[in-house]
Amino acid sequence: MARAALMDFDEALERFEPVIGLEVHVELNTRTKMFSSAPNPANDEFHGAEPNTLVAPVDMGLPGSLPAVNATAVRYSISLGLALGCGIAPSSRFARKNYFYPDLGKNYQISQYDEPIAFEGSVEVELENGRTFEVAIERAHMEEDAGKLTHVGSTGRIHGAEYSLVDYNRAGVPLVEIVTKPIVGAGADAPALARAYVATIRDIVLSLGISEARMERGNLRCDANVSLRPKGQEKFGTRTETKNVNSMRSVERAVRYEIQRQAAILADGGTITQETRHWHEDTGTTSPGRPKSDADDYRYFPEPDLLPVEPDPAVIEELRAALPEPPAARRRRLKAEWGFTDLEFQDVANGGLLNEVAATVDAGASPAAARKWWTGELTRIANAQGADPAGLAEPAHVAELAALVDEGILTDRLARQVLEGVVAGEGSPREIVDARGLAVVSDDGALISAIDEALAAQPDVLAKIRDGKVQAAGAVIGAVMKAMQGKADAARVRELVLERAAADS
Amino acid sequence: MSDLIRLNAADLAAKLASGEVSSVEATKAHLDRIAAVDGAVHAFLHVNAEALETAADVDRRRAAGEELGPLAGVPIAVKDVLVTKGMPSTSGSRILEGWIPPYDATPVRKVREAGMVPLGKTNMDEFAMGSSTEHSAYGPTHNPWDLDRIPGGSGGGSAAAVAAFEAPLALGSDTGGSIRQPAHVTGTVGTKPTYGGVSRYGSIALASSLDQVGPVSRTVLDAALLHDVIAGHDPHDQTSIPDAWPSMADAVRRADVSGLRIGVVKELDSDGFQAGVRQRFHESLELLAANGAEIVEVSAPNFEYAIAAYYLILPAEASSNLAKFDSVRFGLRVVPEGGGTVEEVMAATREAGFGPEVKRRIILGTYALSAGYYDAYYGSAQKVRTLVQQDFDAAFAQVDVLATPTAPTTAFKLGEKLDDPLSMYLNDVATIPANLAGVPGISVPTGLAPEDGLPVGIQFLAPAREDARLYNVGGALEAILVDRWGGPLLSQAPDLSTHELMATEEGVV
Repeated sequence: MARAALMDFDEALERFEPVIGLEVHVELNTRTKMFSSAPNPANDEFHGAEPNTLVAPVDMGLPGSLPAVNATAVRYSISLGLALGCGIAPSSRFARKNYFYPDLGKNYQISQYDEPIAFEGSVEVELENGRTFEVAIERAHMEEDAGKLTHVGSTGRIHGAEYSLVDYNRAGVPLVEIVTKPIVGAGADAPALARAYVATIRDIVLSLGISEARMERGNLRCDANVSLRPKGQEKFGTRTETKNVNSMRSVERAVRYEIQRQAAILADGGTITQETRHWHEDTGTTSPGRPKSDADDYRYFPEPDLLPVEPDPAVIEELRAALPEPPAARRRRLKAEWGFTDLEFQDVANGGLLNEVAATVDAGASPAAARKWWTGELTRIANAQGADPAGLAEPAHVAELAALVDEGILTDRLARQVLEGVVAGEGSPREIVDARGLAVVSDDGALISAIDEALAAQPDVLAKIRDGKVQAAGAVIGAVMKAMQGKADAARVRELVLERAAADS
Repeated sequence: MSDLIRLNAADLAAKLASGEVSSVEATKAHLDRIAAVDGAVHAFLHVNAEALETAADVDRRRAAGEELGPLAGVPIAVKDVLVTKGMPSTSGSRILEGWIPPYDATPVRKVREAGMVPLGKTNMDEFAMGSSTEHSAYGPTHNPWDLDRIPGGSGGGSAAAVAAFEAPLALGSDTGGSIRQPAHVTGTVGTKPTYGGVSRYGSIALASSLDQVGPVSRTVLDAALLHDVIAGHDPHDQTSIPDAWPSMADAVRRADVSGLRIGVVKELDSDGFQAGVRQRFHESLELLAANGAEIVEVSAPNFEYAIAAYYLILPAEASSNLAKFDSVRFGLRVVPEGGGTVEEVMAATREAGFGPEVKRRIILGTYALSAGYYDAYYGSAQKVRTLVQQDFDAAFAQVDVLATPTAPTTAFKLGEKLDDPLSMYLNDVATIPANLAGVPGISVPTGLAPEDGLPVGIQFLAPAREDARLYNVGGALEAILVDRWGGPLLSQAPDLSTHELMATEEGVV
């Protein structure tokens, strides 16, 4: 495929104003599916099941089967709607979206169409550079996920595949689709805003506990709509919709790429085709999918198998009262509580480590220690592994590690070794200290005999120290640390050497 | 012919309870009858090979002193629209040939739990689209009163099985009259319960907002007993009503029409109905009046638009409900020569697997839901539906029940209307309004039309959730008529034993 011409990003922003719109699909982590009693693979407990083992008749579209709405999914959707500042519809309705596709057991998707459960909200989004935006939410509606197709053959796509395999485990997983209103005015920050918005949605659903929110598993998926208009023009340009962008970083890259690609076409006098586009993680580019037009006819009509969803107002108020703090407010509060500088705090927040640091502090660590371990050693290990630092260790373990250092049981150096064990899944820091025998030797007797041995080997050292050349102690300390296999507190060894020199004089 | 097959379900149940007859004997008698006459009637698509085993199990439980339901041990036929675990369920369509469902429809599960014995699956118009059972992919069912005539539809198989004494009871489904119109043309009883009264779970959907499963029988009490077994809330069907239901059987036993206000819908008492049908209708009203009922004329001005609205709503919902038949997960798969894309396989399967009436309605429905036409067709039809509901509300403000002839004519000849869909659709003019409004209806035999000697029924309609009123008035009328006739209407039906002989000579087992 020919690589599209791209305009330099800064130049594109000088000539055009980007307008973006984001659709985020959140897979809810209820125990059962949206419309059946089959276990939900978007719940951690059932993730990774064998294909077609998490299915009920309705997920397969078996004749005679009927959907039944999952009350927990409705409650989660209401909570999410409230957290997005939306109104909750006293009565909302499911509709059928009809189209033939083999991953869809019934050949229609049950989705909310003209009557969504939540509408008209807004979310405060903070960028990495500290700038904040109010993103207006158009609606949040409930629907079901489709199954998963694996195309076997050279292309990896349905066209040209030799055959395709269908896994209906994902069919019927509860989804909430959150749709923003067109976002204007972000300018050059549009790509970063798209990323920060998705991160904010992730923070919200995690704090509500309604989704595992793991983008690499597809628990959170983003479709990014991008259009450009010449500066000063009122009317929006033609948009493209880049589908299934599945990491924060890719969201930012995809928006940036589309701005550059569209700018090049428009500057050249061309027109943008309204279409869905695929995002390619490897090349960082998008390519055309099927053309999208108003001619797409899903023949929506109200789902006759289901009653309207009419939540009890008292339940809505209960859920509202139980809402967690909004992410932006929480960040302001935590920053103040922890006493971090702007840079320190951004280091934590931009690393996606806010929850980890907070949990580590809750588990007893000092904010400084929690920050140090997460943004330092754990981030280093994560980068080396190409993993997300947030998943590497339990916050309770990190807090325990910090306590062991505070108690003098571990030196920083030993603590790093213990942390490697924690990341490797060897157990809690205390268990690893015991198993590996890594604790600092705090028995002065053992240290003193090691010091005596070292002094005997280097008889001139004591004299040098007594002559005021205290730095000469370094050679003895090094020898002792080596003899103790690093399991000694170097500061204590130094103290003991100096004491010894003083006593013998 | 064994006398056991002539027994009503209630009488058979009494003999089973007293130990005079075993369920194995009763089941065997019906299986023998099916073997003897079904070659001519063709009410069954599948006979349950495990029926005798199920019957023996009920007998064992009874012998062990287990508490059993009132219909335990009674055989029953099941319309093929209902899925049955381990038994084929085709809904009369080629596209489901050979499919064995992994689960039971809720009404089937309830019937099994009540200790009843499923005899097999009955014939029907493909996906319940039709009024004659001629649209079955497996050949038509014949009316036991005259084998050259239709048994009604779509549930012609269930009605014919009961009328031909192949089963004392059957389950049916009614989307626009598929239980009541077959009852009318076969001299049997059939009830369409209040929408939501019986679970639709496992009933292969035609039009989800109209479909309702109900009983088919030879007496009003039998229908009521079966109604009591299958009714009730089902968490698998969110449109099923959560409230508890009164006993329909009690309503029949206490039947009394004195002071009952019966409304005659003037728009459905017209020249459009066959003379003998109207004659028997008015005779019945007079008998009810003589027994203390008050007959009142009421108007339902929007009923005349009901068929038009119905033939938009039904195809629209059906076009979506039938989309699942695509060869990917179950049923027929037709691969075009030389292979094909998934779309081509889906298209070839649907082309080969669906009959012409099904295709006609899928195309109609797809069109009615299309962007730009939705408001004009589906939207308008829903407004008419509201108006029909308002007509019912206004009528039921004046009367307790409504009465109409069940269908315009007696059974017509096989093939007579097959090429004239509109005339076929008009068969349901009196039954469709109840489905649009969700109200219950029953058809009860009123005698034979003098001009052709074929059975005629009367339909009673009641407000939603007032199904018991139907059993009260239906039971009262039946008692009066059976008294006048000196026995059940079906005792006047031709003896199929000639076919029994023929069948035996042909070696049918």
